[in-house]
Amino acid sequence: MLEAVSALDAASFNGFARIEEAGLRGMITLRGDLGSTGVKNAATGVAGVDMPGRREANCVGEKGIAWMSPDELLVLVPYAEAEHAAGVISRALAGEHALVANVSDARAMFYVSGDGAREVLAKLSPADMHPETFRPGQIRRTRLAQVPAGFWMRDTETFEVICFRSVADYVFGLLKNAAQPGSEIGYF
Amino acid sequence: MTHRLHDHGRLVHADRPVEFTFNGKRMEGYEGDTLASALLANGQLLVGRSFKYHRPRGIVASGAEEPNALVNLGSGRRAEPNQRATTTEIFEGLEARSQNHWPSLEFDIGAINGRLSKFLPAGFYYKMFMWPRAFWKHVYEPVIRQSAGLGPAPAARDSDRYEHFNITVDVLVIGGGIAGITAATEAGGSGARVLMVEQTAHWGGRAPADRAEIDETPAADWIEDRIGALEDMDNVHLRLRTMGAGIYDHGYALAYERVTDHDPSDTAPRHRLWKIRARQIITATGAIERPLGFAGNDLPGVMLASAARDYVENYGVSPGDRMVIVTNNDDAYRTAIALYEAGVDVPVVLDARREALGELPAHVRGLGIRVETGHAVAKVKGSAKVEGVAICLQVGEGTVQEEIACDAVAMSGGWSPVVHLWSHAGGKLTWQADAAHFRPDPDAAPTGAGGEDFVAAAGSASGALDTAGALKDALAAARRAVSALGLKPSKDKPPAARAEDTDPMSPVWIMPEGAGHELRSKMWLDYQNDVKVTDVQLAAREGFESVEHTKRYTTLGMATDQGKLSNINGLAVLSDALHADIPSVGTTTFRPPYTPISMGAIAGEARGALFQPVRKTPMHDRHEAAGATWEPVGHWRRPYCYQRPGESIEDAVHRETVNARTNVGLLDASTLGKILVKGPDAGRFVDMMYTNMMSNLAVGKCRYGLMCSENGFLIDDGVVARLGDDTWLCHTTTGGADRIHGHMEEWLQTEWWDWKVYTANVTEQYAQIAVVGPKARDVLEALGGMDVSAEALPFMTWADGTLGVVQARVFRISFSGELSYEIAVPAGQGGAFWDALSSVGEAHGMMPYGTEALHILRAEKGFIMIGDETDGTVIPQDLGLNWAISKKKDDFLGKRGQERSHMTDPDRWKLVGLETLDGSVLPDGAYAVDRDLSRHANSAELKPGIEAGKNANGQIAMCGRVTSTYYSPNLKRGIAMGLVRGGPDRIGEVIEFARTDGTLIKTKIVDPVFYDKDGEKQNA
Amino acid sequence: MLILHCPNCGIDADETELAAGGEAHLKRFGPGSGDEEFEDYLFKRENPKGVHFERWRHAAGCGKWFHAARCTTTLEVFGTYSAQTTEPPKEICDKISGKRPGWAWRLFK
Repeated sequence: MLEAVSALDAASFNGFARIEEAGLRGMITLRGDLGSTGVKNAATGVAGVDMPGRREANCVGEKGIAWMSPDELLVLVPYAEAEHAAGVISRALAGEHALVANVSDARAMFYVSGDGAREVLAKLSPADMHPETFRPGQIRRTRLAQVPAGFWMRDTETFEVICFRSVADYVFGLLKNAAQPGSEIGYF
Repeated sequence: MTHRLHDHGRLVHADRPVEFTFNGKRMEGYEGDTLASALLANGQLLVGRSFKYHRPRGIVASGAEEPNALVNLGSGRRAEPNQRATTTEIFEGLEARSQNHWPSLEFDIGAINGRLSKFLPAGFYYKMFMWPRAFWKHVYEPVIRQSAGLGPAPAARDSDRYEHFNITVDVLVIGGGIAGITAATEAGGSGARVLMVEQTAHWGGRAPADRAEIDETPAADWIEDRIGALEDMDNVHLRLRTMGAGIYDHGYALAYERVTDHDPSDTAPRHRLWKIRARQIITATGAIERPLGFAGNDLPGVMLASAARDYVENYGVSPGDRMVIVTNNDDAYRTAIALYEAGVDVPVVLDARREALGELPAHVRGLGIRVETGHAVAKVKGSAKVEGVAICLQVGEGTVQEEIACDAVAMSGGWSPVVHLWSHAGGKLTWQADAAHFRPDPDAAPTGAGGEDFVAAAGSASGALDTAGALKDALAAARRAVSALGLKPSKDKPPAARAEDTDPMSPVWIMPEGAGHELRSKMWLDYQNDVKVTDVQLAAREGFESVEHTKRYTTLGMATDQGKLSNINGLAVLSDALHADIPSVGTTTFRPPYTPISMGAIAGEARGALFQPVRKTPMHDRHEAAGATWEPVGHWRRPYCYQRPGESIEDAVHRETVNARTNVGLLDASTLGKILVKGPDAGRFVDMMYTNMMSNLAVGKCRYGLMCSENGFLIDDGVVARLGDDTWLCHTTTGGADRIHGHMEEWLQTEWWDWKVYTANVTEQYAQIAVVGPKARDVLEALGGMDVSAEALPFMTWADGTLGVVQARVFRISFSGELSYEIAVPAGQGGAFWDALSSVGEAHGMMPYGTEALHILRAEKGFIMIGDETDGTVIPQDLGLNWAISKKKDDFLGKRGQERSHMTDPDRWKLVGLETLDGSVLPDGAYAVDRDLSRHANSAELKPGIEAGKNANGQIAMCGRVTSTYYSPNLKRGIAMGLVRGGPDRIGEVIEFARTDGTLIKTKIVDPVFYDKDGEKQNA
Repeated sequence: MLILHCPNCGIDADETELAAGGEAHLKRFGPGSGDEEFEDYLFKRENPKGVHFERWRHAAGCGKWFHAARCTTTLEVFGTYSAQTTEPPKEICDKISGKRPGWAWRLFK
């Protein structure tokens, strides 16, 4: 394998929130019957976290499972383990109707952190970012300005934001612009 | 003369002077001044010229309703026209310029229009400038545009930043006057999430200037106290300088925050557009005072009574030395008191009512001020400013009884609730006869997603004009909102205010009531657009009975203030002229935004590099380094060609095209869509999606497939690879990935939901690189790894393996007619893999090629391109693709559509190759002239009166068009494809295509495959 | 601007996250169908002033389709429900009957 690089090579920006491209992350799309024991075991076995409920994301370190839709999960693992993990899940679900795809290279991930993180996202997404509405453990798939994106919180002040790799530059530009010092709102 | 009053003005800081310029002249104001108050403080009465007659215009209001004082602010990259001086806070260095005059504000040539006003009545545009017709474009319009109008659009790019902010709240309170504060206090106390916005820089609205007392304290203290309490609530947010701009369906509201207009900044945004989802909205937007119609009511020095009071009380500025007050209600007497106490002479209060016995008139009389009831202004004296008033009885025709010298007039025609926001989302209005205004009808509020009322008007915005009534009304409105949220309203009593003893206002619209034409033609209704009482009356006489028609005909209320001052007065005049009552005539429609908002705020972050997403492939930086000229394809950027030093773009394209045919080319094909389709029913599903049979494709094989809509029209194409027993990989066009993935999911989710199929759009997981040309195999073999020989990997197969050190999936497919491999590797390694290929390819003469070379290569082979050969009305059969339409399948999307009679018409235009006789390149999109007149004459289309050779519109009939056209550097001549009636049956025939200059190009119909007809190269 | 509850992911979705998909509960007519049936299926649509049933996709969200019953005049939403059904659920029809007595839409009432 040649050296794999993330879309923006870990670019970062310090505004009133910190924006940082998270680098490579292993991501596996798993579509199947989320109620089936097979799917649950396959996902949790690889990610080492509990199965998330509707609109939840359980993440510990680089591993986790995010609920994407009623029949889709995004399983998170370290990048180097993704191909292997996808194989493990595929084999575990060999007898079941499911689709497993390593999509680690299809996306870019950003950390948006600091007190102003919610405000940065609220400038770009119609999602309700109020701390009582959106909390750690949840995932929100939405749009950031003109492109689809999703995010969850790894702790009370850090968001992990995912978007497609091709628009990484655009999304980084959006986040930087929204976090521009001087444009704080102080709402949340 | 207007001047600064010392020791007055609750909002200005006399110890903090601020310097600004007006028309280049240096002036001084105080911190806290608006531009309007500062101009008045400097004695600057004249601030602009009206739209049509260029009449001199002075400041008439003190807030958002101002129609006259529109100025240009700033310069260069911070220039902005048409800003209201009354809502502009001054800051050090502010530059303001008046507009719509030439050569100067004081001496304006355009003012001659005023003398011609007799000839420029309502509708004069429509009447005078119709004939001769050609004059409109070349004479009338340019002259009108030159003389009418507002400030010039800025020439330089805006240097400021703008942004959006999305929030969800339980209660949005629009307006931070005492009603808004009362409502926010109640809503905040219930625990609801509350946002209160106020368009000005101060809380409390009119109450302090009106000297209200609430809970036995002066309004200003009460406001400060309540705002402090609200600020202490975690669930309440307050925002000044933020205007509720519009209310939309389902609780959506826009608020326009002017973040740094009063304090320009290089870092903070200038404006912020709040996009608010509110479960309940309270419009506490106050009321606007109406002017009165009397002759000369537009002269500088004539001002709303409330504005005069505001300038004295809030800004410490006198609107004149001697101000006559004219009114039809008690409220204007407050102005008399305020002026008197500030030392301004009030020679008389003219009250149109028969009597005025309330406590305010009594107070005024007690101050020794002369009050004349039953009286009116017959005429304002003066030409450029007020010099006096002639007074008369309100009844009668205006016989002048007396002339009184004065330099200012304060007028009050009563108050209209600001119902705009209530009306935006469909709230209905009701006519309140005793106050002569429309107010929100609480039984017909805007309704939300659940059918519930979601807007409540509060305070004077709902018609409760007195302090006590407004507070009570606001609390009631907030309680309804709190209850609607399922929260518990408080048991608090409304804040207390003393009920004033007042007499009702009298609905006087023009004075005197029997004024003749001469006087009426000098009574202005719309100051900005120069609409007079006589204009509206003329419109009524000419049959414009609908208020909406009258508005357009006279331009009443069409100016930038959208008739905030003029609508009700104009409506009253229209009703009178129509002998109808006001409610039956109705109002014009209120549309957002409440006052104009900046284009920057609407665009938000979407400008410059963030205007639109740009999608970049993993090799984007390689292309950039290699000098790519970019072609936008959807949001993607693809290299069009890679220009070398000394080359033209055309040279580069030709070099790349020839090199791919002779050596080997490298193409970034990552943008092509890749969709995984997997499941026990996946075969059945891909058979429905494609016109071809895909279920019988063997694992390891590829097949070119066509996708149609239910209409039968071609929507996409691409190569399908069978990856496993239950897995297919569908390639789409560059623009098609999201669309086709959505199309597949739509059918799976909404029609065949019982089919066991999952799809995944894995487009961006892979960098896909095409290695194309006779030496393609040599390059891959030089890289080493998997066997890519003709035997191991024949045409239209794929294999997984290693190339160099990369795990790759190699497809032996070709869109060029050459020996070609498309190699998919993980996107993260795409750049490095491109480098690796480039490096081993060098010895084989490899060059990257762009989209234009790709197009020429495919056109030389007669391969169609979605979007060129198709336009949403083309079926595969038109393109000679019958071979790709399965006859074995009972069904596929589009099959039934293609059976329709029009789709099977033998006269459909069909794909052919086109060669000009002289070898030139046909213009793209050119049409072929139909010379088959006999055929045409027999056509069923030909109706009586239609000439042979012409279509139904009398235009020359056409029989085909060019869909793709290029210079082929390999064939050294122009080649083209096109759709021609009966095309494939006419091979060899010469037809004529028209150029835009009318000349014709003789063109031979040929087979669309121009190069390597037997496909020997791609099969090699 | 509409807000519709996505029954698939449970979000009250802003219209800017949604894509409209036209009329709901169309019956597909394929090969073998008559011209009139096919024309109805492809082109003929209800244009009600009042109760209407539509398809929506939570496009910039969970990506799933759902159905919405709403009033085209007041924009009141009577309910959203699964796209995997050929008719509106009874509880939504009952709710509409409560609010718009005597309503009818194609075969449903």
